[in-house]
Amino acid sequence: MTNPCNISENKDTVTLSKDIARGLRIEIIKMIYRAGSGHPGGSLSCADIIAVLYFHEMRIDPKEPGWQDRDRFILSKGHACPAWYSALALRGYFPIEALSKLRKLNSPLQGHPDMRKLPGLDMTTGSLGNGLSIGIGMAICGKVDEKDYRVYVILGCGELDEGMIWEAAMCAHKYKLDNLTAIVDYNGLQLDGKTEDIMPLEPLGDKWKAFGWNTIEIDGHNIKDILTAIDKAKSARGCPTVIIAHTVKGKGVSFMENNPDWHGKPLTKAEYEQAMKELTLGDCPCLKGYNEYPDTKIIR
Amino acid sequence: MNIPTRKSFGEVLVELGEENPQVLVLDADISKSTYTSLFANRFPKRFFNVGCAEQNEMAMAAGMSTCGKIPFVSTYAVFASMRACEQIRTFVAYPRLNVKIAVSHGGVTPGSDGVTHQATEDLGIMRTIPNMTIIMPADAVSTKKLVRQAATRTGPVYLRFTRDPVPVIYEDTVKLEIGKANIIREGTDATIIAIGDMVTKAIEASNRLTEKGINVTVIDMHTLKPIDEKSIIDSAKKTRALVTVEDHNIINGLGSAVSEVLIENEPVPMRRIGLRDTFAESGTYEELLTKYHLNVQDIILAVKDVIRRKK
Repeated sequence: MTNPCNISENKDTVTLSKDIARGLRIEIIKMIYRAGSGHPGGSLSCADIIAVLYFHEMRIDPKEPGWQDRDRFILSKGHACPAWYSALALRGYFPIEALSKLRKLNSPLQGHPDMRKLPGLDMTTGSLGNGLSIGIGMAICGKVDEKDYRVYVILGCGELDEGMIWEAAMCAHKYKLDNLTAIVDYNGLQLDGKTEDIMPLEPLGDKWKAFGWNTIEIDGHNIKDILTAIDKAKSARGCPTVIIAHTVKGKGVSFMENNPDWHGKPLTKAEYEQAMKELTLGDCPCLKGYNEYPDTKIIR
Repeated sequence: MNIPTRKSFGEVLVELGEENPQVLVLDADISKSTYTSLFANRFPKRFFNVGCAEQNEMAMAAGMSTCGKIPFVSTYAVFASMRACEQIRTFVAYPRLNVKIAVSHGGVTPGSDGVTHQATEDLGIMRTIPNMTIIMPADAVSTKKLVRQAATRTGPVYLRFTRDPVPVIYEDTVKLEIGKANIIREGTDATIIAIGDMVTKAIEASNRLTEKGINVTVIDMHTLKPIDEKSIIDSAKKTRALVTVEDHNIINGLGSAVSEVLIENEPVPMRRIGLRDTFAESGTYEELLTKYHLNVQDIILAVKDVIRRKK
């Protein structure tokens, strides 16, 4: 299958990003259904942000994943890797067919990302709370080497419970890392329930501000919002930026939305068919080639 | 002359900084104690003091290494190996990143500070992690040589230094190689394999044994992992009796590593000198070695015991 979301097509950024995000969501659902396990909720919630970063914003070259001047991306909430893998595949880092190998033995698509197995992964992730510190390391190197690449780190909201995030928050401020942008995928749900019940985060914006960060709050599914926020982050000087992106866990699949049960649950055949029906509604060019359900032996 | 190996580390780090602009150093608010302050003074733009935040420190180093840097992470062994253990395991060792974890206060050398600052489980913890190279130099000379080699070796390395001064036992001309045990003296009655600060004690024990007509081989096993299996097997074949000596719990450190090699290849009577699965306490370094049976006299008794058992 060729890339159905042809980025060279003459489309405005917002329309293109929306199409891409839909393509990512379709791949996420297909992938997790075939794997029989995975984390759909948090993958779907960050799909729009990842679509904008990988297809509009980041300076990257899929033919040269190790390019030293590339922008870096870390999905600190590594369990949402189906979104990352989909973006890398659609962007041309590896063939889309590889997505069917998610979580399988001998697969480069590990249950949580392994940078040594798949091209395009700037870091191994999966254990929560670590990605921001790793991003700081990369951003500092950008400063040391006087390079102009930028570093993007997507954080989960449940992940903010980890103390290390706040070690990193202090540190990024100390080193004035204006080349570092953290994006909180604030879907308000973690594995065990609502963040406000498990470990309240509010007032979240005030916390980041108090740590010295340029703090921007947006609707994380509004492409224009995402684009504007990233531009603001790029023009900030002398401090890191956090974009608190309010999102919906399970976005795009009605029965998954705002339901913490879909944090890490596979789909039954009926659920899969329903999800695909919802995601493939309409006439997005993205849907070319997506109308057939994947051949699979895993039926629950 | 006695020198803390942490000081030699700090000195060689400055030399490495001069030679290789890719060398970066991170510390967690103890740079005056770990002697990375020497590097900080010389290369302030390549030194990062992250405060009391070892997990952040370790993960930052992982990120730096992906940008082609050679980050040296400095803190105390007890904090690196436990507070930042998961960062080492998942973000340094698993992706085989080129991070050098260079830590002071190994074993009971921070004597009077007590158990919170003594690292007596770290070697075992590190040894269990795949892709890890583990080194503890015996003195100032070997520290400089082995740190230099660690800097050019690709992949994760754990380097453990002493807080307390230890005697200089090597000439500058000594040839040391990561992964290759150094045979300090050869005898046929028994083998003593020691690591780090205990090499000095092993040499002292061997001197006293010689006076009694017992000639032992003394091996400096500065690289705990990958361990030099051939040297262990060859020496066991020759002497048929073996004692290990480490400033660490006897569980999963040098004694365990050597036992594993022997039991699969050349079982011989063996004794392990180390903390006998206990925490130590506050006290001077020498007092602790004596109270917890890590001192010269204990090595001598152990050697006599294994010789008696070999028949």
